[in-house]
Amino acid sequence: MVPGSAWGAWGTCVAVDNEITLRVDGAVTPLTVDTRTSLLDALRERLGNTSAKKGCDHGQCGACTVLLDGRRVNSCLVLAVTAEGQEVTTSDGLAGDGPHRLHETFVDHDAYQCGYCTPGQITSAAGVLAEAAQGWPSAVSEDLVAERTDLTDAEIRERMSGNLCRCAAYANIVPAVAEVATEQGVRA
Amino acid sequence: MREFRYEKAADPAGAVALLADEPTGAYLGGGTNLVDLMRLGVATPDLLVDVRQLTSTEVTDLPDGGLRIGAAVPNADLAGERRVRERYPLLAQALLAGASGQLRNRATTGGNLLQRTRCTYFTDVTMPCNKREAGSGCAAVGGYHRNLAVLGATNEGGESPHTCVATHPSDMAVALRALDATVQVLGRDGERSIPIAELHRLPGDDPTRDTTLAHGELITAIDVPALPWATRSRYRKVRDRASYAFALVSVAAAMDLQGTGPDAVVGDVRIALGGVAHKPWRATVAEDALRGGPATEAAFTAAAEAELAAADPLSDNAFKIPMVTNMITRTLLQISAEARA
Repeated sequence: MVPGSAWGAWGTCVAVDNEITLRVDGAVTPLTVDTRTSLLDALRERLGNTSAKKGCDHGQCGACTVLLDGRRVNSCLVLAVTAEGQEVTTSDGLAGDGPHRLHETFVDHDAYQCGYCTPGQITSAAGVLAEAAQGWPSAVSEDLVAERTDLTDAEIRERMSGNLCRCAAYANIVPAVAEVATEQGVRA
Repeated sequence: MREFRYEKAADPAGAVALLADEPTGAYLGGGTNLVDLMRLGVATPDLLVDVRQLTSTEVTDLPDGGLRIGAAVPNADLAGERRVRERYPLLAQALLAGASGQLRNRATTGGNLLQRTRCTYFTDVTMPCNKREAGSGCAAVGGYHRNLAVLGATNEGGESPHTCVATHPSDMAVALRALDATVQVLGRDGERSIPIAELHRLPGDDPTRDTTLAHGELITAIDVPALPWATRSRYRKVRDRASYAFALVSVAAAMDLQGTGPDAVVGDVRIALGGVAHKPWRATVAEDALRGGPATEAAFTAAAEAELAAADPLSDNAFKIPMVTNMITRTLLQISAEARA
Protein backbone atom coordinates (compact mmCIF):
# COMPACT_ATOMS: atom_id res chain seq x y z
CA MET A 1 0.00 0.00 0.00
CA VAL A 2 1.10 3.51 -0.80
CA PRO A 3 1.63 5.75 2.28
CA GLY A 4 -1.31 8.02 3.09
CA SER A 5 0.46 11.22 2.08
CA ALA A 6 0.63 10.13 -1.55
CA TRP A 7 -3.14 9.98 -1.65
CA GLY A 8 -3.79 13.53 -0.42
CA ALA A 9 -4.78 14.84 -3.84
CA TRP A 10 -7.50 12.24 -4.00
CA GLY A 11 -9.23 13.50 -0.89
CA THR A 12 -10.38 11.64 2.14
CA CYS A 13 -9.63 7.93 2.25
CA VAL A 14 -12.70 5.87 3.10
CA ALA A 15 -12.38 2.12 2.87
CA VAL A 16 -15.33 0.61 1.02
CA ASP A 17 -15.97 -2.83 2.42
CA ASN A 18 -18.21 -5.45 0.87
CA GLU A 19 -19.34 -8.72 2.35
CA ILE A 20 -18.87 -11.58 -0.06
CA THR A 21 -18.70 -15.35 -0.10
CA LEU A 22 -15.84 -16.99 -1.95
CA ARG A 23 -15.95 -20.61 -3.11
CA VAL A 24 -12.36 -21.78 -3.44
CA ASP A 25 -11.20 -25.35 -4.09
CA GLY A 26 -14.46 -26.70 -2.72
CA ALA A 27 -14.53 -24.61 0.48
CA VAL A 28 -17.02 -21.80 1.03
CA THR A 29 -15.82 -18.82 3.07
CA PRO A 30 -17.68 -15.60 3.91
CA LEU A 31 -15.43 -12.57 4.27
CA THR A 32 -15.41 -8.79 4.17
CA VAL A 33 -13.18 -7.26 1.51
CA ASP A 34 -12.21 -3.74 0.51
CA THR A 35 -13.47 -3.25 -3.07
CA ARG A 36 -9.85 -2.77 -4.18
CA THR A 37 -8.85 -6.31 -3.18
CA SER A 38 -7.92 -8.54 -6.10
CA LEU A 39 -9.04 -12.14 -6.14
CA LEU A 40 -5.35 -13.06 -5.96
CA ASP A 41 -4.81 -11.04 -2.77
CA ALA A 42 -8.03 -12.39 -1.25
CA LEU A 43 -6.83 -15.94 -1.88
CA ARG A 44 -3.34 -15.44 -0.55
CA GLU A 45 -3.71 -12.84 2.19
CA ARG A 46 -7.23 -13.50 3.46
CA LEU A 47 -7.85 -17.21 2.87
CA GLY A 48 -4.24 -18.36 3.26
CA ASN A 49 -4.43 -20.19 -0.08
CA THR A 50 -0.98 -19.48 -1.56
CA SER A 51 -1.26 -21.78 -4.57
CA ALA A 52 -1.66 -18.95 -7.09
CA LYS A 53 1.41 -16.69 -7.13
CA LYS A 54 1.87 -12.93 -7.57
CA GLY A 55 4.36 -12.22 -10.34
CA CYS A 56 3.69 -8.96 -12.16
CA ASP A 57 0.25 -8.01 -10.74
CA HIS A 58 -0.58 -6.60 -14.21
CA GLY A 59 -1.94 -9.62 -16.07
CA GLN A 60 1.27 -10.05 -18.02
CA CYS A 61 2.96 -13.12 -16.49
CA GLY A 62 0.23 -15.68 -15.73
CA ALA A 63 1.64 -16.78 -12.34
CA CYS A 64 -1.73 -15.92 -10.73
CA THR A 65 -3.81 -18.04 -13.14
CA VAL A 66 -6.82 -19.77 -11.57
CA LEU A 67 -9.94 -21.35 -13.02
CA LEU A 68 -13.08 -19.25 -12.50
CA ASP A 69 -16.13 -21.43 -13.15
CA GLY A 70 -13.76 -23.71 -15.01
CA ARG A 71 -12.15 -21.05 -17.22
CA ARG A 72 -8.59 -19.80 -16.81
CA VAL A 73 -8.21 -16.13 -15.83
CA ASN A 74 -5.56 -13.86 -14.32
CA SER A 75 -6.68 -13.56 -10.69
CA CYS A 76 -4.66 -10.36 -10.23
CA LEU A 77 -7.02 -8.54 -12.62
CA VAL A 78 -10.21 -9.93 -11.07
CA LEU A 79 -11.65 -7.85 -8.26
CA ALA A 80 -12.63 -10.18 -5.41
CA VAL A 81 -16.09 -8.57 -5.13
CA THR A 82 -16.86 -9.67 -8.68
CA ALA A 83 -16.07 -13.33 -7.92
CA GLU A 84 -19.00 -13.65 -5.51
CA GLY A 85 -20.79 -16.91 -6.17
CA GLN A 86 -18.27 -18.21 -8.70
CA GLU A 87 -16.21 -21.36 -8.26
CA VAL A 88 -12.49 -20.64 -7.95
CA THR A 89 -10.05 -23.49 -8.58
CA THR A 90 -6.33 -23.17 -7.93
CA SER A 91 -3.66 -25.69 -8.89
CA ASP A 92 -4.02 -27.17 -5.39
CA GLY A 93 -7.73 -27.58 -5.99
CA LEU A 94 -7.18 -29.56 -9.19
CA ALA A 95 -5.95 -32.42 -7.03
CA GLY A 96 -8.56 -34.95 -6.00
CA ASP A 97 -7.66 -37.93 -3.86
CA GLY A 98 -4.26 -37.79 -5.50
CA PRO A 99 -2.37 -35.42 -7.76
CA HIS A 100 -3.93 -34.25 -11.05
CA ARG A 101 -2.35 -35.81 -14.15
CA LEU A 102 -0.78 -32.42 -14.98
CA HIS A 103 0.91 -32.40 -11.55
CA GLU A 104 2.38 -35.82 -12.34
CA THR A 105 3.54 -35.03 -15.88
CA PHE A 106 5.13 -31.74 -14.75
CA VAL A 107 7.17 -33.81 -12.27
CA ASP A 108 7.90 -36.58 -14.78
CA HIS A 109 9.12 -34.11 -17.42
CA ASP A 110 10.97 -31.84 -14.97
CA ALA A 111 8.80 -28.99 -16.26
CA TYR A 112 10.00 -26.37 -13.78
CA GLN A 113 13.09 -25.13 -12.04
CA CYS A 114 12.25 -22.68 -9.25
CA GLY A 115 8.56 -23.63 -9.39
CA TYR A 116 7.15 -20.15 -8.83
CA CYS A 117 5.22 -20.04 -12.11
CA THR A 118 4.19 -23.71 -11.91
CA PRO A 119 0.74 -23.45 -10.25
CA GLY A 120 -0.20 -20.86 -12.88
CA GLN A 121 1.23 -23.02 -15.68
CA ILE A 122 -0.77 -26.01 -14.46
CA THR A 123 -4.11 -24.23 -14.09
CA SER A 124 -3.52 -22.59 -17.47
CA ALA A 125 -2.76 -26.00 -19.01
CA ALA A 126 -6.00 -27.33 -17.51
CA GLY A 127 -7.77 -24.44 -19.25
CA VAL A 128 -5.98 -25.17 -22.54
CA LEU A 129 -7.16 -28.80 -22.41
CA ALA A 130 -10.77 -27.73 -21.75
CA GLU A 131 -10.67 -25.18 -24.57
CA ALA A 132 -9.23 -27.77 -26.95
CA ALA A 133 -11.98 -30.23 -25.98
CA GLN A 134 -14.50 -27.57 -27.10
CA GLY A 135 -12.75 -27.38 -30.48
CA TRP A 136 -11.57 -23.78 -30.08
CA PRO A 137 -8.86 -22.78 -32.59
CA SER A 138 -5.78 -20.67 -31.82
CA ALA A 139 -3.71 -18.09 -33.69
CA VAL A 140 -1.55 -20.88 -35.15
CA SER A 141 -4.39 -23.18 -36.22
CA GLU A 142 -4.18 -23.89 -39.97
CA ASP A 143 -7.90 -24.65 -40.25
CA LEU A 144 -10.13 -22.21 -38.37
CA VAL A 145 -13.24 -24.35 -38.86
CA ALA A 146 -11.79 -27.77 -38.06
CA GLU A 147 -14.17 -29.93 -36.04
CA ARG A 148 -11.43 -31.14 -33.73
CA THR A 149 -8.42 -29.48 -32.13
CA ASP A 150 -5.04 -31.20 -32.39
CA LEU A 151 -2.74 -29.82 -29.68
CA THR A 152 0.54 -29.98 -31.58
CA ASP A 153 3.67 -28.59 -29.93
CA ALA A 154 3.13 -25.32 -31.80
CA GLU A 155 -0.47 -25.17 -30.56
CA ILE A 156 0.62 -25.76 -26.95
CA ARG A 157 3.28 -23.03 -27.18
CA GLU A 158 0.77 -20.52 -28.59
CA ARG A 159 -1.99 -21.40 -26.14
CA MET A 160 0.38 -21.29 -23.14
CA SER A 161 1.96 -17.95 -24.18
CA GLY A 162 0.20 -16.12 -21.34
CA ASN A 163 2.37 -17.97 -18.81
CA LEU A 164 5.95 -16.78 -18.52
CA CYS A 165 8.74 -18.86 -16.97
CA ARG A 166 11.90 -16.96 -16.09
CA CYS A 167 13.75 -20.27 -15.63
CA ALA A 168 12.75 -21.01 -19.25
CA ALA A 169 11.41 -24.49 -18.53
CA TYR A 170 9.29 -24.19 -21.67
CA ALA A 171 11.09 -27.05 -23.41
CA ASN A 172 9.81 -29.42 -20.69
CA ILE A 173 6.43 -27.75 -20.10
CA VAL A 174 5.37 -28.50 -23.70
CA PRO A 175 5.81 -32.31 -23.41
CA ALA A 176 4.24 -32.28 -19.93
CA VAL A 177 1.09 -30.69 -21.34
CA ALA A 178 1.29 -32.82 -24.50
CA GLU A 179 1.24 -36.08 -22.55
CA VAL A 180 -2.04 -35.20 -20.84
CA ALA A 181 -3.45 -33.86 -24.13
CA THR A 182 -2.81 -37.24 -25.73
CA GLU A 183 -4.49 -39.03 -22.82
CA GLN A 184 -7.52 -36.75 -23.15
CA GLY A 185 -7.81 -37.25 -26.91
CA VAL A 186 -6.99 -33.69 -27.98
CA ARG A 187 -3.60 -34.53 -29.49
CA ALA A 188 -3.04 -36.90 -32.39
CA MET B 1 -5.42 2.14 -5.83
CA ARG B 2 -7.93 4.86 -5.05
CA GLU B 3 -11.00 3.82 -3.01
CA PHE B 4 -14.16 3.22 -4.98
CA ARG B 5 -17.69 2.00 -4.47
CA TYR B 6 -18.87 -1.09 -6.32
CA GLU B 7 -22.44 -1.60 -7.50
CA LYS B 8 -24.42 -4.00 -9.60
CA ALA B 9 -27.59 -3.17 -11.48
CA ALA B 10 -30.59 -5.33 -12.31
CA ASP B 11 -30.50 -4.47 -16.01
CA PRO B 12 -28.64 -2.24 -18.51
CA ALA B 13 -31.03 0.69 -17.92
CA GLY B 14 -30.33 0.42 -14.21
CA ALA B 15 -26.60 0.57 -14.86
CA VAL B 16 -27.00 3.66 -17.02
CA ALA B 17 -29.07 5.30 -14.25
CA LEU B 18 -26.41 4.48 -11.64
CA LEU B 19 -23.66 6.13 -13.67
CA ALA B 20 -25.64 9.11 -14.94
CA ASP B 21 -25.03 11.23 -11.85
CA GLU B 22 -21.50 9.97 -11.20
CA PRO B 23 -19.16 12.02 -13.42
CA THR B 24 -16.14 10.05 -12.18
CA GLY B 25 -17.80 6.63 -12.25
CA ALA B 26 -17.04 3.92 -14.80
CA TYR B 27 -18.44 0.66 -16.09
CA LEU B 28 -16.53 -2.50 -15.24
CA GLY B 29 -16.51 -5.19 -17.91
CA GLY B 30 -13.85 -7.88 -17.77
CA GLY B 31 -11.53 -5.41 -16.07
CA THR B 32 -8.45 -6.69 -17.89
CA ASN B 33 -7.49 -3.13 -18.82
CA LEU B 34 -9.41 -0.97 -16.33
CA VAL B 35 -8.30 -2.76 -13.14
CA ASP B 36 -4.68 -2.47 -14.27
CA LEU B 37 -5.08 1.25 -15.05
CA MET B 38 -6.65 1.75 -11.61
CA ARG B 39 -3.72 -0.02 -9.97
CA LEU B 40 -1.35 2.25 -11.90
CA GLY B 41 -3.27 5.35 -10.78
CA VAL B 42 -4.16 6.20 -14.40
CA ALA B 43 -7.87 5.57 -13.88
CA THR B 44 -9.40 6.82 -10.61
CA PRO B 45 -13.14 6.14 -10.66
CA ASP B 46 -15.20 6.76 -7.50
CA LEU B 47 -17.75 4.17 -8.53
CA LEU B 48 -17.57 0.97 -10.57
CA VAL B 49 -20.83 -0.34 -12.01
CA ASP B 50 -20.34 -4.00 -12.87
CA VAL B 51 -21.73 -4.73 -16.34
CA ARG B 52 -19.72 -7.86 -17.14
CA GLN B 53 -22.76 -10.10 -17.14
CA LEU B 54 -25.42 -7.42 -17.60
CA THR B 55 -25.60 -7.19 -21.38
CA SER B 56 -26.09 -10.20 -23.63
CA THR B 57 -23.55 -13.02 -23.67
CA GLU B 58 -25.14 -14.43 -26.85
CA VAL B 59 -24.28 -14.23 -30.53
CA THR B 60 -27.51 -14.15 -32.54
CA ASP B 61 -28.36 -14.14 -36.25
CA LEU B 62 -29.53 -10.89 -37.85
CA PRO B 63 -32.17 -11.04 -40.61
CA ASP B 64 -29.66 -9.95 -43.28
CA GLY B 65 -27.31 -12.87 -42.54
CA GLY B 66 -25.12 -10.86 -40.21
CA LEU B 67 -24.52 -11.40 -36.50
CA ARG B 68 -25.40 -9.48 -33.35
CA ILE B 69 -22.72 -9.91 -30.70
CA GLY B 70 -23.77 -9.20 -27.12
CA ALA B 71 -21.39 -6.73 -25.48
CA ALA B 72 -20.70 -9.21 -22.66
CA VAL B 73 -19.58 -12.03 -24.96
CA PRO B 74 -16.04 -12.90 -23.85
CA ASN B 75 -13.37 -12.49 -26.54
CA ALA B 76 -12.53 -16.21 -26.27
CA ASP B 77 -16.13 -17.26 -26.91
CA LEU B 78 -16.44 -14.93 -29.88
CA ALA B 79 -13.27 -16.35 -31.43
CA GLY B 80 -14.58 -19.86 -30.82
CA GLU B 81 -18.05 -19.11 -32.21
CA ARG B 82 -18.48 -21.26 -35.31
CA ARG B 83 -20.55 -18.68 -37.23
CA VAL B 84 -17.78 -16.10 -36.73
CA ARG B 85 -15.11 -18.54 -37.87
CA GLU B 86 -17.11 -19.49 -40.96
CA ARG B 87 -18.49 -16.10 -42.02
CA TYR B 88 -15.80 -13.70 -40.80
CA PRO B 89 -12.42 -15.48 -40.55
CA LEU B 90 -10.63 -12.11 -40.20
CA LEU B 91 -12.59 -11.40 -37.01
CA ALA B 92 -11.80 -14.78 -35.44
CA GLN B 93 -8.14 -14.40 -36.42
CA ALA B 94 -7.97 -10.87 -34.98
CA LEU B 95 -9.40 -12.04 -31.67
CA LEU B 96 -7.02 -15.00 -31.50
CA ALA B 97 -4.06 -12.73 -32.29
CA GLY B 98 -4.81 -10.59 -29.23
CA ALA B 99 -3.71 -11.01 -25.61
CA SER B 100 -3.51 -14.46 -23.94
CA GLY B 101 -5.97 -17.29 -23.33
CA GLN B 102 -6.55 -16.05 -19.78
CA LEU B 103 -7.27 -12.47 -20.88
CA ARG B 104 -9.51 -13.53 -23.78
CA ASN B 105 -11.60 -15.54 -21.32
CA ARG B 106 -12.21 -12.48 -19.18
CA ALA B 107 -12.27 -9.58 -21.66
CA THR B 108 -15.64 -8.62 -23.15
CA THR B 109 -16.52 -7.55 -26.68
CA GLY B 110 -17.72 -4.13 -25.54
CA GLY B 111 -14.69 -3.61 -23.32
CA ASN B 112 -12.30 -4.61 -26.07
CA LEU B 113 -13.53 -1.66 -28.17
CA LEU B 114 -12.86 0.71 -25.26
CA GLN B 115 -9.30 -0.31 -24.42
CA ARG B 116 -6.94 2.57 -23.73
CA THR B 117 -3.67 3.05 -25.56
CA ARG B 118 -0.60 1.10 -24.45
CA CYS B 119 1.64 4.16 -25.02
CA THR B 120 4.16 3.80 -22.20
CA TYR B 121 3.77 7.46 -21.16
CA PHE B 122 0.00 7.16 -20.81
CA THR B 123 0.44 4.42 -18.23
CA ASP B 124 3.20 6.25 -16.30
CA VAL B 125 1.66 8.92 -14.07
CA THR B 126 5.05 10.57 -13.51
CA MET B 127 5.32 11.58 -17.19
CA PRO B 128 3.57 14.23 -19.30
CA CYS B 129 0.71 12.84 -21.38
CA ASN B 130 -2.04 14.88 -23.02
CA LYS B 131 -4.33 11.86 -23.11
CA ARG B 132 -4.07 11.13 -19.38
CA GLU B 133 -3.74 14.74 -18.15
CA ALA B 134 -5.06 17.38 -20.54
CA GLY B 135 -2.46 19.98 -21.47
CA SER B 136 0.49 18.29 -19.75
CA GLY B 137 2.35 17.74 -23.02
CA CYS B 138 3.53 14.62 -24.83
CA ALA B 139 6.63 12.72 -23.77
CA ALA B 140 6.31 10.24 -26.61
CA VAL B 141 7.22 12.45 -29.58
CA GLY B 142 10.67 13.03 -28.11
CA GLY B 143 10.89 9.65 -26.39
CA TYR B 144 10.03 6.01 -26.99
CA HIS B 145 7.58 5.86 -29.86
CA ARG B 146 8.52 3.07 -32.24
CA ASN B 147 5.13 1.45 -31.46
CA LEU B 148 3.10 4.63 -32.00
CA ALA B 149 1.12 6.36 -34.77
CA VAL B 150 2.19 7.28 -38.29
CA LEU B 151 -1.26 8.33 -39.59
CA GLY B 152 -3.79 10.87 -38.29
CA ALA B 153 -1.80 11.91 -35.22
CA THR B 154 -1.54 15.42 -33.81
CA ASN B 155 2.10 16.48 -33.57
CA GLU B 156 2.73 20.09 -32.65
CA GLY B 157 5.79 19.19 -30.55
CA GLY B 158 6.17 17.77 -27.07
CA GLU B 159 5.09 20.97 -25.29
CA SER B 160 1.79 21.36 -27.15
CA PRO B 161 -1.41 20.56 -25.24
CA HIS B 162 -2.79 18.88 -28.38
CA THR B 163 0.05 16.55 -29.37
CA CYS B 164 -0.84 12.88 -29.24
CA VAL B 165 0.70 10.04 -31.23
CA ALA B 166 -1.04 7.19 -29.38
CA THR B 167 -2.31 4.10 -31.17
CA HIS B 168 -5.47 2.13 -30.47
CA PRO B 169 -4.42 -1.30 -29.19
CA SER B 170 -7.34 -3.52 -30.19
CA ASP B 171 -6.98 -6.22 -32.83
CA MET B 172 -10.70 -7.03 -32.82
CA ALA B 173 -11.68 -3.42 -33.57
CA VAL B 174 -9.54 -3.45 -36.74
CA ALA B 175 -11.47 -6.43 -38.10
CA LEU B 176 -14.80 -4.85 -37.10
CA ARG B 177 -13.76 -1.64 -38.88
CA ALA B 178 -13.11 -3.61 -42.07
CA LEU B 179 -16.54 -5.23 -41.67
CA ASP B 180 -18.36 -1.90 -41.09
CA ALA B 181 -19.84 -3.06 -37.79
CA THR B 182 -22.43 -0.99 -35.93
CA VAL B 183 -22.20 -0.39 -32.19
CA GLN B 184 -25.46 -0.42 -30.22
CA VAL B 185 -25.40 1.96 -27.28
CA LEU B 186 -27.76 2.69 -24.39
CA GLY B 187 -27.66 6.10 -22.76
CA ARG B 188 -29.75 8.30 -20.53
CA ASP B 189 -31.83 9.36 -23.53
CA GLY B 190 -32.32 5.86 -24.88
CA GLU B 191 -30.69 3.74 -27.53
CA ARG B 192 -28.63 4.79 -30.52
CA SER B 193 -26.57 3.06 -33.18
CA ILE B 194 -23.06 4.21 -33.99
CA PRO B 195 -21.25 3.08 -37.14
CA ILE B 196 -17.86 1.87 -35.92
CA ALA B 197 -16.28 4.41 -38.25
CA GLU B 198 -17.72 7.08 -35.97
CA LEU B 199 -17.00 5.40 -32.61
CA HIS B 200 -13.25 5.89 -32.37
CA ARG B 201 -11.79 9.31 -33.11
CA LEU B 202 -8.49 10.93 -34.00
CA PRO B 203 -6.81 12.97 -31.23
CA GLY B 204 -7.51 16.31 -32.93
CA ASP B 205 -7.37 19.03 -30.28
CA ASP B 206 -8.67 16.75 -27.48
CA PRO B 207 -6.48 13.65 -27.07
CA THR B 208 -8.24 12.74 -23.79
CA ARG B 209 -11.20 11.39 -25.74
CA ASP B 210 -10.72 8.02 -27.43
CA THR B 211 -14.32 7.71 -28.62
CA THR B 212 -17.45 9.71 -29.35
CA LEU B 213 -19.38 8.04 -26.51
CA ALA B 214 -20.91 10.41 -23.98
CA HIS B 215 -20.29 9.76 -20.29
CA GLY B 216 -22.50 6.94 -19.06
CA GLU B 217 -23.33 5.51 -22.48
CA LEU B 218 -23.16 1.71 -22.36
CA ILE B 219 -22.29 -0.51 -25.32
CA THR B 220 -24.94 -3.25 -25.40
CA ALA B 221 -24.16 -5.07 -28.65
CA ILE B 222 -22.14 -5.00 -31.85
CA ASP B 223 -23.85 -5.79 -35.15
CA VAL B 224 -21.75 -7.23 -37.97
CA PRO B 225 -23.54 -6.94 -41.32
CA ALA B 226 -23.57 -9.77 -43.84
CA LEU B 227 -20.62 -9.77 -46.22
CA PRO B 228 -20.68 -13.05 -48.16
CA TRP B 229 -17.22 -12.58 -49.64
CA ALA B 230 -15.71 -12.08 -46.17
CA THR B 231 -15.24 -15.84 -46.16
CA ARG B 232 -12.11 -14.85 -48.12
CA SER B 233 -10.50 -12.66 -45.51
CA ARG B 234 -7.42 -12.47 -43.33
CA TYR B 235 -6.03 -10.75 -40.26
CA ARG B 236 -2.26 -10.46 -40.20
CA LYS B 237 -0.27 -8.97 -37.34
CA VAL B 238 3.41 -8.10 -36.89
CA ARG B 239 4.69 -7.82 -33.34
CA ASP B 240 7.96 -7.88 -31.43
CA ARG B 241 7.47 -11.50 -30.35
CA ALA B 242 5.57 -14.43 -31.84
CA SER B 243 2.66 -14.36 -29.38
CA TYR B 244 1.06 -12.31 -26.61
CA ALA B 245 2.12 -8.82 -27.72
CA PHE B 246 0.39 -5.76 -29.12
CA ALA B 247 0.66 -5.07 -32.83
CA LEU B 248 3.40 -3.00 -34.38
CA VAL B 249 1.15 -3.06 -37.43
CA SER B 250 -1.75 -5.24 -38.45
CA VAL B 251 -3.97 -5.63 -41.50
CA ALA B 252 -7.55 -6.86 -41.67
CA ALA B 253 -8.59 -7.48 -45.27
CA ALA B 254 -11.31 -9.12 -47.32
CA MET B 255 -11.46 -9.23 -51.12
CA ASP B 256 -14.00 -10.25 -53.75
CA LEU B 257 -12.28 -11.37 -56.96
CA GLN B 258 -14.19 -11.39 -60.24
CA GLY B 259 -12.98 -13.65 -63.00
CA THR B 260 -10.26 -16.22 -62.79
CA GLY B 261 -6.59 -16.63 -63.51
CA PRO B 262 -4.33 -13.70 -64.40
CA ASP B 263 -7.24 -11.63 -65.72
CA ALA B 264 -9.13 -11.59 -62.42
CA VAL B 265 -10.14 -8.14 -61.20
CA VAL B 266 -10.91 -6.79 -57.76
CA GLY B 267 -14.70 -6.64 -57.47
CA ASP B 268 -14.69 -5.22 -53.98
CA VAL B 269 -12.19 -4.98 -51.15
CA ARG B 270 -12.01 -3.99 -47.49
CA ILE B 271 -8.76 -3.04 -45.77
CA ALA B 272 -8.32 -1.78 -42.21
CA LEU B 273 -5.04 -1.17 -40.41
CA GLY B 274 -4.05 -1.52 -36.76
CA GLY B 275 -1.09 -0.09 -34.89
CA VAL B 276 -0.80 2.94 -37.16
CA ALA B 277 -3.27 5.47 -35.74
CA HIS B 278 -5.36 6.67 -32.78
CA LYS B 279 -8.22 4.59 -34.18
CA PRO B 280 -8.59 1.53 -36.38
CA TRP B 281 -7.62 2.95 -39.77
CA ARG B 282 -9.78 2.17 -42.78
CA ALA B 283 -7.58 2.26 -45.90
CA THR B 284 -10.16 3.91 -48.18
CA VAL B 285 -7.52 5.36 -50.54
CA ALA B 286 -6.13 1.88 -51.17
CA GLU B 287 -9.61 0.38 -51.52
CA ASP B 288 -10.65 3.00 -54.11
CA ALA B 289 -7.44 2.43 -56.04
CA LEU B 290 -8.00 -1.33 -56.16
CA ARG B 291 -11.73 -1.58 -56.89
CA GLY B 292 -12.30 -2.69 -60.49
CA GLY B 293 -8.58 -2.99 -61.21
CA PRO B 294 -6.24 -5.93 -61.68
CA ALA B 295 -5.57 -8.28 -58.77
CA THR B 296 -1.80 -8.23 -59.13
CA GLU B 297 1.08 -7.73 -56.73
CA ALA B 298 2.00 -4.48 -58.47
CA ALA B 299 -1.54 -3.14 -58.06
CA PHE B 300 -1.70 -4.18 -54.39
CA THR B 301 1.61 -2.45 -53.65
CA ALA B 302 0.69 0.70 -55.55
CA ALA B 303 -2.59 0.93 -53.64
CA ALA B 304 -0.84 0.44 -50.30
CA GLU B 305 1.73 3.09 -51.16
CA ALA B 306 -1.07 5.49 -52.11
CA GLU B 307 -2.68 4.93 -48.68
CA LEU B 308 0.59 5.49 -46.83
CA ALA B 309 1.42 8.65 -48.79
CA ALA B 310 -0.28 10.61 -46.01
CA ALA B 311 1.92 9.06 -43.31
CA ASP B 312 3.90 11.41 -41.07
CA PRO B 313 6.27 9.22 -39.07
CA LEU B 314 8.33 10.14 -36.02
CA SER B 315 12.10 9.61 -35.84
CA ASP B 316 11.84 5.98 -34.69
CA ASN B 317 8.71 4.58 -36.33
CA ALA B 318 9.18 5.26 -40.06
CA PHE B 319 9.81 1.52 -40.42
CA LYS B 320 6.05 1.04 -40.11
CA ILE B 321 5.45 2.54 -43.56
CA PRO B 322 7.23 -0.16 -45.62
CA MET B 323 6.10 -2.74 -43.06
CA VAL B 324 2.41 -1.97 -43.46
CA THR B 325 2.81 -1.59 -47.24
CA ASN B 326 4.33 -5.08 -47.41
CA MET B 327 1.64 -6.43 -45.07
CA ILE B 328 -1.19 -5.11 -47.27
CA THR B 329 0.45 -6.58 -50.38
CA ARG B 330 1.11 -9.99 -48.80
CA THR B 331 -2.35 -10.22 -47.24
CA LEU B 332 -4.13 -9.43 -50.52
CA LEU B 333 -1.85 -11.85 -52.40
CA GLN B 334 -2.73 -14.56 -49.89
CA ILE B 335 -6.47 -13.93 -50.25
CA SER B 336 -6.28 -13.85 -54.06
CA ALA B 337 -4.22 -17.07 -54.13
CA GLU B 338 -6.85 -18.80 -51.99
CA ALA B 339 -9.66 -17.47 -54.19
CA ARG B 340 -7.93 -18.76 -57.32
CA ALA B 341 -7.10 -22.15 -55.82
